[in-house]
Amino acid sequence: MSEVRVNDFVLKIGTVNGTGSASANGMILKALFRMGIPVTGKNLFPSNIQGLPTWYGIRANHAGYMSRSKQVDVMVAMNAQTYQKDLDNVTAGGFLIYDSTWPRERQLNRDDITVLGVPLAKLCNENFSDARVRILMKNIAYVGVLAALLNIETAVLRSLIEETFASKPKLIESNLKAINLGFNYAMENFTCPLPIRVERMGDNSEHIMIDGNSAAALGCIYAGATVGAWYPITPSTSMMDAFKAYCKQFRIDEETGQKNYCIVQAEDELAAAGMVIGANWVGARAFTPTSGPGISLMSEFIGFAYYAEIPSVFFNVQRVGPSTGMPTRTQQCDIMMCAYASHGDTRHPLLFPANPYECFEMAVSSFDLAERLQTPVFVLSDLDIGMNDWMIPELKWDDSYRPDRGKVLDADEVDELEKFYRYLDVDGDGIAARTLPGENAKGAYFVRGSGHNKHGMYTESSAEYKDLVDRLLVKWNTARTLLPKPVLKNAQKETPIGIIAYGSSDGAVVEALDTLRDKGIHADYLRVRAFPFHGEVTSFVENHETVFVVEQNRDAQMRSLLTLETDIDARKLVPVLHYSGMPIPSECVVEGLCEYLCVEDVA
Amino acid sequence: MSFIKKPKIDLPGQLANKIGLLKRDYEGVLSTLCAGCGHDSITAAIVQAFWELSIPPEQVIKLSGIGCSSKTPAYFLSGAHGFNSVHGRMPSVATGAQAGNRDLICIGVSGDGDSLSIGFGQFGHAVRRNLNMLYIIENNGVYGLTKGQFSAAADKGSKSKRGDINQWKNIDAVSTAISMGSSFVARSFSGDREQLVTLIKAGIMHPGCAILDVVSPCVTFNNHVGSTKSYTYTRDHYHPAGQTDFIPPTSEIMVSYAEGDSTVVELHDGSKLLLKKAGSGYDATDRSRVMRYLEQQRARGEVVTGLLFINAELPEMHRIYRTSETPMKDLDFEKLNPGSEALQKLQAGMR
Repeated sequence: MSEVRVNDFVLKIGTVNGTGSASANGMILKALFRMGIPVTGKNLFPSNIQGLPTWYGIRANHAGYMSRSKQVDVMVAMNAQTYQKDLDNVTAGGFLIYDSTWPRERQLNRDDITVLGVPLAKLCNENFSDARVRILMKNIAYVGVLAALLNIETAVLRSLIEETFASKPKLIESNLKAINLGFNYAMENFTCPLPIRVERMGDNSEHIMIDGNSAAALGCIYAGATVGAWYPITPSTSMMDAFKAYCKQFRIDEETGQKNYCIVQAEDELAAAGMVIGANWVGARAFTPTSGPGISLMSEFIGFAYYAEIPSVFFNVQRVGPSTGMPTRTQQCDIMMCAYASHGDTRHPLLFPANPYECFEMAVSSFDLAERLQTPVFVLSDLDIGMNDWMIPELKWDDSYRPDRGKVLDADEVDELEKFYRYLDVDGDGIAARTLPGENAKGAYFVRGSGHNKHGMYTESSAEYKDLVDRLLVKWNTARTLLPKPVLKNAQKETPIGIIAYGSSDGAVVEALDTLRDKGIHADYLRVRAFPFHGEVTSFVENHETVFVVEQNRDAQMRSLLTLETDIDARKLVPVLHYSGMPIPSECVVEGLCEYLCVEDVA
Repeated sequence: MSFIKKPKIDLPGQLANKIGLLKRDYEGVLSTLCAGCGHDSITAAIVQAFWELSIPPEQVIKLSGIGCSSKTPAYFLSGAHGFNSVHGRMPSVATGAQAGNRDLICIGVSGDGDSLSIGFGQFGHAVRRNLNMLYIIENNGVYGLTKGQFSAAADKGSKSKRGDINQWKNIDAVSTAISMGSSFVARSFSGDREQLVTLIKAGIMHPGCAILDVVSPCVTFNNHVGSTKSYTYTRDHYHPAGQTDFIPPTSEIMVSYAEGDSTVVELHDGSKLLLKKAGSGYDATDRSRVMRYLEQQRARGEVVTGLLFINAELPEMHRIYRTSETPMKDLDFEKLNPGSEALQKLQAGMR
């Protein structure tokens, strides 16, 4: 390959889990980011602590495409175990870099790619004495190699190292030494840079790099959430880790050292749900991060909170199911479960963030919605959004924001009433006022999951039962008006083709739209951001002849939900599905549409 | 409709407590349990205890799980917010409620099925966190609402109403709680009003998780010959291990007691518990001796009652967490939200 390609490639690094490659990979990602190039980093890791193969994929793309690409232009094969597989995965014309301390001539059986051997272990063994340091520095050394090969600015790497180890100057020295070892070796032995290379595009000063779980945790901080109850589960765990870290930074009283937060690691997900509901009942904003199996366990309480009308926020960072499934792989597979979680007639508002930016925004609004609607609200993220590194516009905060606590009567307001009735719909929006414990005996009421009437009293009367559950439907329609609207992206030309997608499938669709346009296929795109569906979702389908519903599960769950909850003609909705556990690439969308529309020459 | 509003009747000679409330101000709606149910006696004791302590009802939250016992929070303290949760999960709701507002006085009512079967895990973890609450297990050894199945608290060899003999060893709430490191464990009998009121008061004021297991016979399904949770059996085998007096914060210990025969445990609010050994040598602060004694008595089929173990020094959940003294729900939003400037600064590190 000789054609020069600037700021458009996929770099993949294969290492062994637990060898400390994360900091090296993060360094490359950030260096590219600081050079103003749009980047994303996706971690493909096993359900394991140490020893199994792990890959990190970095996509740099001047057009800003964020989805996973199937392409591998440059592969760094650091894991002998997966060497052959890594070699096979390189796209024709691409490059493979391996540790040539142990020559592998017999395995270099591809003549359509360029193989570059760097004696990384040898270089590090000669230059570092400590065994653990040698292993770690081998990773940093390949960063140096890549800097030379890809034209990454060494000054950027230097400042990254200096910032990272500001408090440990000795580490700055060794890291810089390792970078230079790799860099110099590449400069002396190869033609640098490669045709695949980077060039500075700016400085990305309006953007940040963040994962969705951190962004969601930050949203909880900014929403004023104080109680977090959880049970550890991949891939949601890092959300509570982040919440805890931000709490330590922002929520410890300077004078007293006391914590303005309360995080409880529950005994299981059932208890976590109970704690969230208990805390919200007394008036504290509380949430739980979990994943599919957790929602299964929480479902009894979710139905309780729906019927007893207690605000609560559930973050479901989805992973591959069913059952334990593949805990470290991504899917959008809990749509149906969350929409109707629990026994009896239950329905819950769902929010679908498409990236960490929306994780932050929707985390904040989920608390407002939960308290306004007095019901469980789900934020449905997934492993791809939650745990991968995304480049997003800088988060903004409006200091005039105040939480919407919904209809809560304080002690004085209760005093003004002749009598307080918990479930009386005074305003006609299906939402009754609540009171908080500890304030006024006159406002006391009894929360129960058993039959209750609008006065909050136990009932077994058919009429009273129906009266209450019918009001919950009025509230459901109020919810429709409060949830975030879908986002419409119209094609340049009028077209009978539409695409509906949500959450982390967004990036693949956005990229596919351009590819399809170049093939002469124009499609309007509507990104659904919430359930119950906004009226625009129905009209979008009505206004198109064929609507492709792109999602990451086997059973076309969003498509099912659309057909169940609207009077859309199901025959119009064509599923485009991706459920391998890897984030959906744009090729899947392109192929899905082309196949259906019988277009030749599918790239 | 099984809900009946209880008429408030002013009886002559009713006494007001320190905050001017009558006992009826601590009552709830009319009980729908069977006539003679032990649970109703416990409800009456709860009313008495809260009234005697002069606690404003709105400062209290009352929670329960599912079962006959769990219906009872509706029957006391109508001025307190109540929460009838799902089966076996009362402790988690109480944990969340305490996390959100630590100033609330929390009473949880559970049953033997609710706490020792379906909710065994949550029971254990409420103890482990030393959650500041009074946790009452109204223990009748039987599932009443589903008509008479043995519960995990039923003694091996006891007979069901239908004549089945229980083949399984029982789970004893008291020894389980003590072995899990509980800070306060007591057992009582619904038929001993005086002891029950004292233990409820002690449990309310105890700064941690006070487990109170109350043998509370089920008159419909477990009050026959051959049952070890009947009124008759319990009266015959009832065995107080010492006696406890509850002394409110400002009061003096008036009774005289012989040195060495009593222990005084001071609670954080200044109230005191006077543990009288009544000649038995029972020491509720010595965990290993307590365990041995309980095991001996259990083997003999005795129902040991009283404040069986206490360690008032064990820190409760918030003390361990070092949570703000201001309840979470009362913290100003300005204190909770770092603001736009902090967000900008934070993001400088994300580039």
